[in-house]
Amino acid sequence: MDALTLLLLSVMTAATPLLLAALGELITEKSGVLNLGVEGMMIVGAVCAFAVSVSTGNAAAGIAAGAVAGAAMALIFGFLTLTMLANQVATGLALTIFGIGLSALIGKGYVGIAVAPLAKLHIPLLSDIPLLGPILFGQDALVYLSLLSVLAVYWFMKRTRAGLVLRAVGDSHEAAHAIGYSVIRIRYLAVLFGGAMAGLAGAYLSLAYTPLWAENMTAGRGWIALALVVFSTWRPGRLLAGAYLFGGITILQLHAQSAGWGVPSQIMSMLPYLATILVLVIISGDRAKIRLNAPACLGKVFHPAQ
Amino acid sequence: MIRLESKGEPSRLFSYLSPVLAMVLTVGTGALLFELMGKPAGPSLYAYFIQPFTTLYGASELGVKATPLILIGLGLSVGFRANVWNIGAEGQLTLGAIAGGALALAFYEVETPLLLPAMMIAGVLGGMAWAAIPAFLRVKFNANEILVSLMLTYVALLLLSYLVHGPLRDPDGFNFPESRLFHDSATMPTLISGTRLHWGAVLAVLAAGAIWLMLSRSMLGFQLKILGDAPRAARFAGYREPKLVWFSLLLSGGLAGLAGALEVSGTVGQLIPTISPGYGFTAIIVAFLGRLHPVGVVIGGLTMALTYIGGETAQIEIGLPAAVTGLFQGVLLFYLLACDVLINYRLRFGRRLAIG
Amino acid sequence: MNDNHNDPSTPLLELRGIRKAFPGVVANDDVSLSIKHSEIHALLGENGAGKSTLVKIIYGVLRPDQGDLLWQGKPVDLAGPSAARDLGIGMVFQHFSLFEALSVAENIELALPSKGEGGFDRAELPDRISEVSAQYGLPLDPRRTVLDLSVGERQRIEIVRCLLQDPKLLIMDEPTSVLTPQEVGRLFETLRRLASEGCAILYISHKLQEIRDLCETATILRGGKVVATCDPRQQSVQSLANMMIGETPLKPERPAGRVLEKSNRLEVRGLSLPAQKAFGTALKDISFSVRGGEVLGLAGVAGNGQPELMTALIGEVLTYPEAVRIDGQPVGRLGPRRRREAGACFVPEERNGHATAPDMPLADNGLLSADRRMGLTRGGWILSRARDRFAGEVIQRFSVKASGIGAAAKSLSGGNLQKFSVGREIAQNPGVLVINQPTWGVDAGSAAAIQEAILALAAEGAAVVVISQDLDELFAIADRIAVMSEGKLSRPKPIGEVTIEEIGLLMGGIQGEKTGATV
Repeated sequence: MDALTLLLLSVMTAATPLLLAALGELITEKSGVLNLGVEGMMIVGAVCAFAVSVSTGNAAAGIAAGAVAGAAMALIFGFLTLTMLANQVATGLALTIFGIGLSALIGKGYVGIAVAPLAKLHIPLLSDIPLLGPILFGQDALVYLSLLSVLAVYWFMKRTRAGLVLRAVGDSHEAAHAIGYSVIRIRYLAVLFGGAMAGLAGAYLSLAYTPLWAENMTAGRGWIALALVVFSTWRPGRLLAGAYLFGGITILQLHAQSAGWGVPSQIMSMLPYLATILVLVIISGDRAKIRLNAPACLGKVFHPAQ
Repeated sequence: MIRLESKGEPSRLFSYLSPVLAMVLTVGTGALLFELMGKPAGPSLYAYFIQPFTTLYGASELGVKATPLILIGLGLSVGFRANVWNIGAEGQLTLGAIAGGALALAFYEVETPLLLPAMMIAGVLGGMAWAAIPAFLRVKFNANEILVSLMLTYVALLLLSYLVHGPLRDPDGFNFPESRLFHDSATMPTLISGTRLHWGAVLAVLAAGAIWLMLSRSMLGFQLKILGDAPRAARFAGYREPKLVWFSLLLSGGLAGLAGALEVSGTVGQLIPTISPGYGFTAIIVAFLGRLHPVGVVIGGLTMALTYIGGETAQIEIGLPAAVTGLFQGVLLFYLLACDVLINYRLRFGRRLAIG
Repeated sequence: MNDNHNDPSTPLLELRGIRKAFPGVVANDDVSLSIKHSEIHALLGENGAGKSTLVKIIYGVLRPDQGDLLWQGKPVDLAGPSAARDLGIGMVFQHFSLFEALSVAENIELALPSKGEGGFDRAELPDRISEVSAQYGLPLDPRRTVLDLSVGERQRIEIVRCLLQDPKLLIMDEPTSVLTPQEVGRLFETLRRLASEGCAILYISHKLQEIRDLCETATILRGGKVVATCDPRQQSVQSLANMMIGETPLKPERPAGRVLEKSNRLEVRGLSLPAQKAFGTALKDISFSVRGGEVLGLAGVAGNGQPELMTALIGEVLTYPEAVRIDGQPVGRLGPRRRREAGACFVPEERNGHATAPDMPLADNGLLSADRRMGLTRGGWILSRARDRFAGEVIQRFSVKASGIGAAAKSLSGGNLQKFSVGREIAQNPGVLVINQPTWGVDAGSAAAIQEAILALAAEGAAVVVISQDLDELFAIADRIAVMSEGKLSRPKPIGEVTIEEIGLLMGGIQGEKTGATV
């Protein structure tokens, strides 16, 4: 494979966890719930995927475990914010603090173990086409899943009635309640989906991106995913573009470090974080656009009693 | 199915009871967790919560750890009241440590009583500068301060790492990523000899008093509370939101920076890659645990300090992983948030009557 | 459901002994009523009489604590709004249950059963909407986003969405509070036509004349109980009012011998302001002036720029210096605190969260707008005794029912909180008072007290601007009246020289011959 193909492949690899987690959060936020615990759900997903993968030797079981673990974390969040009406910002932060602690505890016995990276598809002939072959036909399953998810989320929101109901609940929970939709149940489902996707993103990190477990290995990717949702103005297509842009920046700084341009590696490592801030500034400055696209009920507590 | 029924008036009793209840539940969960990990719950809980108090040094360590937690928690609680979510106190602490530490290293050969106060001021300014970025970006570009301040935390930690690997590395330190040890004139004197408890603890108590006065008696504190409770009413009254956002972030950033400078001069004594074991994040819990009230923050700070010390003791005594601390902190906040529902609602169990 | 239950002698819907209590209040107590097929039935009562609770029970949003619902003679148990819809009950809410970010068609689709359950195909829905809206004279474009629509158009969405389900009973909750008199006329035509086609209508209102014009039967609620059932056409407005309020309604008395000052205390000149929110209303070249001792009424249907004008007058949004003058001083670029210092006080429409901070005690809410005028602070520090004394005075002088100055604003009833919000400003003895919807959602007793306080302030020489959707109110207290429509203001006219019809035409955006947008 030539250098360009490798570069593109690595960009896709870096973008995939961001894309998965951000898609989940997009659905959660569209239902009107702001879950700031993406980082926590992601890292618990990562460690559970890794642990199950190591102990069963089965990567698919590991991936499933990651998704389930992320959803379980989301369930805690859902119970506190939807049933117990807790503040969503505070609960999301608690979920992240808790998740980092829990993952370190679970992962204690797994530090320093390596697993075989997630298998890449190999379709004879097709995968051997120069440049396009490996990119289109030689990725691992989660990369395809992330891309399919973009389409699925787009289709779901635009074309299905369930997607319409989801958008309606995020736009006005009072109105949705008044015409008879179960706001809480719909939001639970959206929150669980968000958790499962964050768990998958974590699984991708610990099974494919860097196939090992290390404490704090998500390194802020959950937060970047949150910023990407704002950047996308809650649209899946723009989310895809945003995730790949960030994948590109991540790979760029890694290459710059190895190329030894004389810039200290720590300074280069700041790039994705600084880029996140830049992107937020550019998008948020257009207040009208944010207001038009943001779910009107985002972060608001709903109590159906009256 | 759990149903919530509004109480009409918030319950004062439960606003005090809820943190206590949350702590009891956390200890219970801890006991369960220890049993599940195959450690007997009794001795583990003893090691975690009681043993630290059996020696003067252990008890004084409570103050050492509580000092930064209280300082940061005070600043955050003011901002949280005004709906200004500074989540990047860890980064502001780091910048305070860098600013204070760099000053100590710059005047390495100079012996002067002015150095310590100058370091503290540098720390405050460093923290403020770091917090000014999210303040500016929120006021000017509407950028979410949660994400910006958090991203800046990663940047700050990388900056510190760069500095101790490069420009500020000890020239005689065998290439370890550490600065030189500070001289005496750059070291915060201790309050009780034989312990690490330093004068920063006094500063934290003074800060709590000042913040209490500001929140309960001044127009500025009143404006912050109105902005958080009813932003439209704040506009009606004519309070200027940008000014209040700036104030909240500069205050919390400055206090976090001060905590950072105190850590390097009082506790660590040099610049190393990791100054704080996550004080900036734990202080968020301190603020909530303390009901965003200065006196509560002092109590909350001492409580959370205990989880750090207990975690360390438990690590040594019974081989629990250090991560248990973060786990407990998260669980405590979960319970607190869940118990807080009792302030405004009554719980009803059973089938929901109207459709939900 | 076109089966043999359509026996016209059985009531379509019957309620027996309905009771519903919330913490601290019994909203419905032993309420019984029955609605016949094709009947237009009024549910009449003051704010807080329990009308909304009762219709929520009929629509399945709430469940009664006691009592039975009978639909065509059979007991039913409504598990939710969809169960009510399945029976053939449709509802048009007072505060519309619409999704602003979604299109008209999407809004309607959400309230219909899905295709598998007998609803419409997504692709066909827009055509069906156009069909029904043409049939009943309710013009609607299915593709537009609700955000872009006027209040009248939004109401049409709700009606069309009910009609698409062939309802047997249509509930209308205070439908005319947002309409011009002309729009009200058209709505009544639609409703009569529906009734003639066999659909019963439950019409909720506190407007007596409307009920006499439209309804055949009226059930009157007071304090959660049914106090009378009658044929409103046989009643006078006065007798209906007596039943509704339990006493003769209070009419504010204009203090005699008011002297208008010569100079303008409040002057607005060429005030223009682009829309502040997406789909807000832009203010276009608004000019008016008010003399000391005078009350100027600004009429208009909701959504024609009243809140925008209010924020521009308060100073929440700044314009240019000469746009607003208080006692001659240009204040257009000054914020609310400086305008208060210049002598103006304000009461915005929303009392919960705008005029007051809901979770804060009344003492603090007094401080909110009175700190400078009443000297409640010194050097940035709060004088707590002065603060408490001021709040206590407001409570006492305006008979605000509250547990004390420590009561949270949200714990007060709507009428009492409004009395506090208005009283807080009047107690500051301002030279200029601007007040938006002074008696919206307020019980009759409080409304009269508020109107009297406004007139008394004017009698002392203050210039008062009252923005209101309630024409009766404006005709009762204003000296001159002007109409806001699409961000423009008509030329103010003395109250004796205009008729309600003329004002109604202006509210609908039809400019009279001599009424330019500016003076």
